[in-house]
Amino acid sequence: MTGFAVEANFALNIALLLMLLVCGVAIARTRSLMAAILLMSVYSLVSAVWLVVMDAADVAFTEAVVGAGVSTIVLLGATLLARGQTERHDWRTQIVPGIAAIGVGVLLVYAATGLPGFGDAASPANAHVGRAYLEQTAQDIGVPNMVTAVLASYRGFDTLGEAVVIFAAGIGVALLLGFGPRAQLAPLPEDLGDHHVVLRVVAKLLIPLIVLYAFYVQFHGDIGAGGGFQAGVILAVAVILHALVFGLRETMAAVPAKAARTIAALGILLYAGVGVVCIVNGGGFLDYDRLFSPRVEAMIPANLLGDPGQAHHWGQHFGIFFIELGVLLTVAATMVTIFYGFAGRVLDGEAKR
Amino acid sequence: MHEALVWIGGGLVIAGTLLSLLGAGGVLRFPDVYTRLHAASLTDTGGATLVLLGLGLVSGLQLDTVKLFFCWAFIMLTTPAAANALANAAYGSGHKPRIGTFQIVPADKNIPADDGPAEDGPTGDGSSGK
Amino acid sequence: MLLAAGAAGLVVAMTLMIVRAIIGPSQYDRILAVNSFGTKTVLLIAVIGYLFGRPDFLDIAIVYALINFVATIALMKALRYQSLARPLAASARKDASDA
Repeated sequence: MTGFAVEANFALNIALLLMLLVCGVAIARTRSLMAAILLMSVYSLVSAVWLVVMDAADVAFTEAVVGAGVSTIVLLGATLLARGQTERHDWRTQIVPGIAAIGVGVLLVYAATGLPGFGDAASPANAHVGRAYLEQTAQDIGVPNMVTAVLASYRGFDTLGEAVVIFAAGIGVALLLGFGPRAQLAPLPEDLGDHHVVLRVVAKLLIPLIVLYAFYVQFHGDIGAGGGFQAGVILAVAVILHALVFGLRETMAAVPAKAARTIAALGILLYAGVGVVCIVNGGGFLDYDRLFSPRVEAMIPANLLGDPGQAHHWGQHFGIFFIELGVLLTVAATMVTIFYGFAGRVLDGEAKR
Repeated sequence: MHEALVWIGGGLVIAGTLLSLLGAGGVLRFPDVYTRLHAASLTDTGGATLVLLGLGLVSGLQLDTVKLFFCWAFIMLTTPAAANALANAAYGSGHKPRIGTFQIVPADKNIPADDGPAEDGPTGDGSSGK
Repeated sequence: MLLAAGAAGLVVAMTLMIVRAIIGPSQYDRILAVNSFGTKTVLLIAVIGYLFGRPDFLDIAIVYALINFVATIALMKALRYQSLARPLAASARKDASDA
């Protein structure tokens, strides 16, 4: 990076952090929940740009799809169930929490001065295991995107845990709010008079493209930013867009809630199953090098991926492929289940309005 | 030749940015929802076209050009549709367009009670002009 | 250099949009500001990608363009219809009930 780019990087960092600050203050001060959700969507957009500036493409991707997309929609669903504004408290009751918050903030700033510099190669996190990952990935895994290599292979067990956590969150929401429409979706009291022909046409065009893009992100995850998690959320967003425009009824006819939760469980099963297959073939849990027995591996054509003369890690490639598929299924189905839970829950009094 | 393309592309990026800035000024200054929506959506599509075209010229023909094209296509598809839906919903919920002469006053009968911290807004300006 | 100027201009435009999103006055103003902010973010990420020599960032720009639309529609729908589950009417006269 040249000197000019470094300066531009610095200026962008400052500008984006100031935007974050302004958004944060505005979120804290606004009384309207809707405005707060809007500003939180802006907040996560800004922080995602900031992550892009800091070169963390995979994290920025996640922040974009989860922070700005799904969490906005889920928060909207929660607000519609809660209805109303935040309460205004007497300022005297807020002195102690205010002092505690300021104290924690000061402590955090103080702690931050002890952190190693951004991108410091000598810092503890980068010196030992980080360096080992950087040096070993090319020969151990053979996947260009190091983030995918670390997440899916070196730390495959952690990622399995994350997928299970997401699944558990979906189950929790579904148990609290129901798996779909509980109340009858009552007809509207009167014809509101507005119609959204343009939106319906554009959504019809867009939904297949979003699904296609989700698959691009899924299968491109080895090479560029992205992977099963991001692709799953994008896939869920396509379903959510369908529900928003064409109504929950039609969406649930296409993607039944039962199918969604079955697929979520199947994803976990696929992920863990890959690990078990590795054990059966004589390796450790999720040790992809043992995913195929030597006899199966000999059956894979040498020119399947690029240069036939080069050594390939078929176990790693296929292991990562399958576990990413498992993550995709779990995340997409869980997000859809959560959306069904929130959107399908119509308050009894509200249906009459 | 490539040098010239880079300069033309950069110029297009600047032009698109200026258009976006104009639109932002319009969103800030115009009197009601519909005029603001007009300013935002027109300059968003126009600005996006110019910026992405400029970037395409800077990069030259390669795989990224296709991505730029898709980015452009999605923006052209979604921004007008979102603007249409918003205007539709705003009209349906009783926002009346302000027609004729008027002076710019902050109060309007459609405004819900809300106290956003207006004084916090412009603080981000100072650093970003770099 | 030109790209950096473009990025700076986009940042200023985004700041103006945040101002509109904060001061309102109506919620539709806020939604339109957020939508326009999202579009400018897409452009900013694309410009940053070329500025720092990492055109892979275009993937993120594309996903923003899509997510931003869905979020805007969700916000509009929640505000106007108080529900995420209703279908949007296809024509003005037809009853939009969910039979």
